[in-house]
Amino acid sequence: MTESGPLKRTPLHDLHVELGAKMVPFAGYDMPVQYPAGILAEHQHTRAAAGLFDVSHMGQFRIGGAGYDGAAASVEKLCPNDFRSLRDGQQRYGFLTNERGGILDDLMVTRDGEYLRMVVNAACKDADLAHLQANGVKVQALPDFSLLALQGPKAASVMARLAPDSARMSFMTGATLEIAGIRCYATRSGYTGEDGFEVSVPNAEAVAFTRRLLQEPEVKPIGLGARDSLRLEAGLCLYGSDITERTTPVEAGLSWAIAGRRRQEGGYPGDAVLKKQWAEGVARKRVGILPEGKAPARAHTEIADEEGREIGEVTSGGFGPSLGKPIAMGYVAAASAGIGTPVNLVVRGKALAGKVAKMPFAPHRYHRN
Amino acid sequence: MSTIRYTKEHEWVMVDGDVATVGISPYAQEQLGDVVFVELPEVGKKVEKGKELAVVESVKAASEVYAPISGEVTEVNGTLTDAPATVNEDALGKGWFAKLKLANKTDLDGLMDEAAYKKYVDGLH
Repeated sequence: MTESGPLKRTPLHDLHVELGAKMVPFAGYDMPVQYPAGILAEHQHTRAAAGLFDVSHMGQFRIGGAGYDGAAASVEKLCPNDFRSLRDGQQRYGFLTNERGGILDDLMVTRDGEYLRMVVNAACKDADLAHLQANGVKVQALPDFSLLALQGPKAASVMARLAPDSARMSFMTGATLEIAGIRCYATRSGYTGEDGFEVSVPNAEAVAFTRRLLQEPEVKPIGLGARDSLRLEAGLCLYGSDITERTTPVEAGLSWAIAGRRRQEGGYPGDAVLKKQWAEGVARKRVGILPEGKAPARAHTEIADEEGREIGEVTSGGFGPSLGKPIAMGYVAAASAGIGTPVNLVVRGKALAGKVAKMPFAPHRYHRN
Repeated sequence: MSTIRYTKEHEWVMVDGDVATVGISPYAQEQLGDVVFVELPEVGKKVEKGKELAVVESVKAASEVYAPISGEVTEVNGTLTDAPATVNEDALGKGWFAKLKLANKTDLDGLMDEAAYKKYVDGLH
C-alpha cells in the first residue's frame, strides 16, 4: 500500500524541519521519526509530561446519511462494531472487515451530531475511502484538516489552560472546542496508553496551533519513533503488522470491540467466519511476549515452543523504554497463548527465552469518569 | 603510536602494536539513535574483514557491525552489556566494541584516515 512518487507533506512539515526533526518516508508522507531529543527521551517525556504528535497523515472522514442512524447503519454494513448506539460525542474503536473476517483497517468513530466522524490509518485511507464509497456510504474526506495528538499525564492540564471546556471530557468522547482561539474538534483519546487528546485543526491554523501548544512548558514535539514504542508498551495494535487482512478480530483479541447485538445479528463482511471462531475457538492468538534477556525480538522473529517447534511469529517487537527492557507482541498457537507460557524467540539463529505476558506492558492511564 | 582508520560502513579501528580496537563512529551512533542493546562476539572468535563482528540495536532497528580487519577477538567491552548507551555517549572512547589481534597489517590499506572519513561523511548529506 506504499505509494510511489514524491512524498506528501503535512501542513506542519516545515515546522518539523525547523525543530530539527529527522524526516523519514512513512505511508507516502515525509514524517518526523524523531527530534533532536531522540526516541528514548521523547518516549519518557510523553510518559512524564505531555508530547505533541503530528498525525495529519491519517485519514479523517465525515459520514452522513439519513440522520445519524442512517450514517451509522451504512457503516455497520462494513464494520462488525456497534456504532448505532453511540450517543452524541461518544467515541468507539472499530475496524473494516473483509469476507474472510480479516481486518482491512482499524479506525476510530465519533458521533458528531447527525454525522459520524472517522479516523483511519494513513496507508489505508485511499482504499478505505474507495471501499466506503463503493458500498454506498455517504463519506467525505477532510483533507483540509490537520490532526494533532497531545498525550501524557500533563495533557489535560495543558488543554484546560487553553480550552477550559476540555476538562469536562472523559476518555473516548469528542467535542467542538475553541483551543487558544482556534475552533477545533477534539477527542479524548490517543495511541500511547496515556490520557490525552486528538485534535482536528483547520490546515490554515495548524502551524499557529502547534506553536501555541509548544509554548506550554510541559509540551515537547514527539516523532513517529516514540509513537511506536509508546503504543507497543500500551499493547495497542499497529495496522499492517499486528492486524492485517489475514488476521481476524477474534485472533487479534479484539472481540471486546464487537458488541453483543452485532455478534448475534451479523450483517457485516466475514460475519460467518467470526461467528464460527467464537463458537469453536481460534488456532492462533495475539499475545504479549517478554523476552528474558536484553536482546529485542523484532517483527518476523520466529516464536518456538520449548521443544523448538515453531508456534508463531512476532509482529511488533523492540525496546520498551518505560520498562527498560525488550517487549514484543505476536501470534502463537492457541495452546501456547496462556500468560506465563515459556517460549523461545529465534533471534539471529539463537533461541532466546521469553514468556507470554499480559498486556499492556505499561499501565493505561486514561481519564474515565 | 596509534592511528585511527574508518570504514565506509562507519566502523573505526585504532591500532596499537598488533592490538586493534574496534567501534562505531560518532556519525554512526548519531544515525542509529539511542542504542539499547549490543551483541558482542565471543573472546577467541576469529573474524574476517568485512564479516559480522557484532550487532547494535537502537530503539528502531538492529544493525550489523562489520570487522574492519581480520583477526582473533581478544577482549570485548562488557560495559556495553549493562550500559549500551555508552556507544552514544563516547563512540570513539568508552563505547568501543572489541579488541582484535591484527593478523595482517595490509588489512588497514584502503581504510580512511580521519580527514578522508570526514570528507566521506560530509558527502553523505
